[in-house]
Amino acid sequence: MTNEPTAAARPIPRGEGFWGEFFAFCKQGELRFQRCSQCGIWRHMPRDGCRSCGSTQWAWERSSGFGHVYTWTVTHRTLHPGFAEDVPYAAVIAELDEGVRITAMADGIDADDLQLGLPVRVIVREDGSYRIASR
Amino acid sequence: MTHALKDQSCIVGVGETAFVRGAGRTVLSQVAEACSRAIADAGLVPSQVDGLVLSGTKVFGEAVAATIGLNDLTYTASVHLGGANPVAALQSAAMAVTTGVATAVLVPYGWNGYSETRISRREEDGAAAAQDAGPVAGDDTMSQAVLNAYAPTGVFGPVQFYSWLATRHSELYGITAEHTAEIALLSRANAQSNPKAYMQGRPLTFEDYMASPMISSPLRMYDCCLETDGACAVVVTSAERAADALHTPVYISGVAEGHPFPADDFESRADIADIGLKRAAPRAFAMADVSVADLDFAQIYDCFTYVVLLQLEALGLCGTGEVGDYVSGGRLRIDGELPINTHGGLHSEAHVESLNHIVEAVRQLRHEADLQVEGCEVGLVTGWGNFAEGSAAILRR
Ligand SMILES: [Zn+2]
Repeated sequence: MTNEPTAAARPIPRGEGFWGEFFAFCKQGELRFQRCSQCGIWRHMPRDGCRSCGSTQWAWERSSGFGHVYTWTVTHRTLHPGFAEDVPYAAVIAELDEGVRITAMADGIDADDLQLGLPVRVIVREDGSYRIASR
Repeated sequence: MTHALKDQSCIVGVGETAFVRGAGRTVLSQVAEACSRAIADAGLVPSQVDGLVLSGTKVFGEAVAATIGLNDLTYTASVHLGGANPVAALQSAAMAVTTGVATAVLVPYGWNGYSETRISRREEDGAAAAQDAGPVAGDDTMSQAVLNAYAPTGVFGPVQFYSWLATRHSELYGITAEHTAEIALLSRANAQSNPKAYMQGRPLTFEDYMASPMISSPLRMYDCCLETDGACAVVVTSAERAADALHTPVYISGVAEGHPFPADDFESRADIADIGLKRAAPRAFAMADVSVADLDFAQIYDCFTYVVLLQLEALGLCGTGEVGDYVSGGRLRIDGELPINTHGGLHSEAHVESLNHIVEAVRQLRHEADLQVEGCEVGLVTGWGNFAEGSAAILRR
């Protein structure tokens, strides 16, 4: 292909409010999630309050990024042109050791090797995007 | 104790437009046509309809009322569970007519699912599609999940996020393409008897199914339902008033909605298999005081084949992980123990959310269906939408 890759056409996360703070940490190379100051539960996606105890006290805490595959889908026909050159690609939900789950594209994992419980880690890249890779 | 809404309301009118690809007219005009047909089918005139419960925001209630002549509405509401809307709307309608807030409630739904909305083709709007990538438009948190968590992952639509549920379930329980194919094949087979079905005259074989391209694993093209333009409507009134209806009244014996927790993102649920129907179904069955063994048919929301399998388990028709065996052997075929989607469903009749399932259930219970389940007395309709919201209605004649 001589054309410029379509990455520019990819949707950029809107990144308002707590999501903006989340992505700002990613751009610093840090994977951080909200953690309830009252009951200690980690949460993602970010919210004002804790669904377990109702507390609105929380802090951004750094995640190890280690976890395992919870589920995935391998997309062969993308719904968006920004991903046309990536097909087939795996969109994975990983469950991290802190208890939160995160969605990300797999990086360097053969689709045939995906299985429930496969140990993985979240790689945060220079541009603040992140991928799920083998451990 | 008997539930206050059990058998207190009836569906007395049904109506629909043709189901096409390329209606060439507005959603409002199609909804208005379906509404007018349903009102006439109920033996009413528009001024006698005083309630309107909308599914989502595809049309404005004020515009529907002005178009068909609902000139003194006493009750309006809208529900917000995506494809689970119409069945959940029955609950709202049943409450309104049972309490006397309204006497006759219209429940319509329509859309240009092929010529306008086209869920499978987010790319046609290019990057702008991401701004509307949520199952519902606007700044709700579901759109936030899609925009911030799913879209950057290359995930934009139901065929992908429901596949997250399907992959985990199939890996845990050994569900195969033979099992999902059974849903696609039975839907298409049933549609051959239905002149309204978009897929009438287009039979499907197992070989066709297996040859269809993978969209997002484990879902192939023929695991996905149709995208069509069209509208349906039903009229609900009190059981007392239903005695004067033109057709056999169909009683709303049980109806309920159920929401996964949290409902606005998939990945943080304690168990991603916590679908809304698991909560809605026990409530609906308890209200109707029937069990799954009493059902003569079921119209199961079939946006995707695998979604049907998950619902069959949620209904308790088989144990968790047993649905593969359950769907084998023709049990769900028209001559089987529990015929499902007798009109062809969203797969082969049309995609009018769950409202065409409700219309078919009513025709079955009136004993006027194209592919009649002989002597049926009790049937079930389910709804599924957004991030696996659920609804269920148990209807009887
Ligand atoms: Zn807490």
